[in-house]
Amino acid sequence: MANVLIVAEQFGGAVRKATLHALSAGREVARRTGGTLHVAVLGSGIGPVAEELAGYGAEVHAADAAVLEHPLAEAHAPVVAELARAVEATHVGAAATAFGKDLLPRVAGLLEAAMATEVLGFGGEGAEVTFRRPMWAGNVLAEVALATPVKVFTVRATEFPAAAKEGKGAVTTAQVSVDAGALRTRYAGFTEVKSARPELTEARIVVAGGRGTKGDFKPIEALADELNAAVGASRAAVDAGWVPNDWQVGQTGKVVAPELYVAAGISGAIQHLAGMKGSKVIVAVNKDPDAPIFQLADYGLVADLFKALPELAEKLKKSR
Amino acid sequence: MSLKILVTAKRVEDPESKIKVKPDGSGIVTDGVNYKMNPFDEIAVEEALRLKEKHGGEVIVASIGGDKSATEIRAALAMGADRGILVRHDGPLDPVGVSAVLAKVFEQEKPDLVILGKQSIDDDQNQAGQYLAARLRLPQATFASKTESLESEAEQKKEPGLRLAADGKSLAVVREVDGGVETLEVSLPAVVTTDLRLNKPRFASLPGIMKAKKKELKELQASALGVELAPKVVVKKLSAPPSRKGGVKVADVEELFSKLHGEAKVV
Repeated sequence: MANVLIVAEQFGGAVRKATLHALSAGREVARRTGGTLHVAVLGSGIGPVAEELAGYGAEVHAADAAVLEHPLAEAHAPVVAELARAVEATHVGAAATAFGKDLLPRVAGLLEAAMATEVLGFGGEGAEVTFRRPMWAGNVLAEVALATPVKVFTVRATEFPAAAKEGKGAVTTAQVSVDAGALRTRYAGFTEVKSARPELTEARIVVAGGRGTKGDFKPIEALADELNAAVGASRAAVDAGWVPNDWQVGQTGKVVAPELYVAAGISGAIQHLAGMKGSKVIVAVNKDPDAPIFQLADYGLVADLFKALPELAEKLKKSR
Repeated sequence: MSLKILVTAKRVEDPESKIKVKPDGSGIVTDGVNYKMNPFDEIAVEEALRLKEKHGGEVIVASIGGDKSATEIRAALAMGADRGILVRHDGPLDPVGVSAVLAKVFEQEKPDLVILGKQSIDDDQNQAGQYLAARLRLPQATFASKTESLESEAEQKKEPGLRLAADGKSLAVVREVDGGVETLEVSLPAVVTTDLRLNKPRFASLPGIMKAKKKELKELQASALGVELAPKVVVKKLSAPPSRKGGVKVADVEELFSKLHGEAKVV
């Protein structure tokens, strides 16, 4: 059977939204191969998460064990690989989040499978699925085929719709034969970047700042809050230590595709553009009229962000 | 307590170069393109050097490719690495092949630690390190970063971001993950891949460049390692991404607001 196994990501008892997009991608592949869509969810005390995932109509396999409490690739990869063999999966996928990008290549290694990273869409004919993916920081699109019996992939969540609830899949218990004592990775802590704002990759609007802020993100944050938007940043701003690394938008940071992206004081390095050019509407505010960002912005305003952003926030407030 | 560290130095197109696809989609136009060491690998080399400076040991730099890849090994030797290994191979290679070759080098050298860039900036696959760790059944810590910023005092002092335990048997690695920063402790030997904010790589000094010429650079033939190298990730066709046409410049905030509100209807 040419089945598809999608590895779900859960955090604190909830399914990460990116997983729902990966489920759509998995369903598309399963339709092509004529196989069944399976979902693996790993963790400790994940019963409710497994039930929630079953609501998307896939066969859910819950690997519930203390040794899987933290997302350690060393512990998770053998469980996923074993499950892929058990369900006779020809395709194993996940969302291209930090979790997916860490885990899936290790799963591929255990299965001696070739892998396509950050897939944007599928090509080929019938069951011969090819993978469209970016190379050279998004300056090139490649169509790749994977020439191993099992094919592994991660998908860019913004390129696939979120799966809708449909039917009710069965939840079964997956085998966990990982010996905690033999693990050579220890989870030693997590510092959450807490925010009341929407998650960057899931927000409808993103307001981002760069070098032009000179480290003062107040106008960026104020406009974001007026728009109920997430805050993003260019690599320059993150490297300077002005804002948390979790805010970085770009090829090596997060890839976003909101309805509106406001880039303030961001010149528009290729690296940054690769992370946001899928946005529906792009606004650029920059003092430099020659900034490359203006070449792809729908609306460009040559202005000082410290004046323009508060003014825009004020207008928004008055329009309500 | 000293560390034997294996690092990688892949030869890639300079990130500042303009990358264009050939009209027939068979590859990229290489005329006028400059080449350099993969920037993530430069971070790996830098981190290895800092660990060596703090704890003692040896830094071995490996690259896979033709004659020209020796340039990238020499660049790492000029930064301060001790010796190089060029694994000769012509033609395309995917992460399956790269990790197979590196696993052989690992078996020959038996390092305490392997540090690789998290991805190479040409094919952006982000797989080789994890794939290597899987092949060798070693613990992995990907996307290594640090809590201090690149403007911090620790960075000025060239402190390593990877922290070796007092007994020298494990390494604490700070990782950038979604929603925050995580710390893992991996027992050595281990595989670490580097993210952008682990360090700022040093420039090679002139004496460093002179010394690098005399350092050992061993050559191996990939075909003699007994590993399968034919790519399993088969690139069928390359194309240029759809270009986004620029829009209009607006005169002031007033006009911007009316466009967003009235025309685009996004606010």
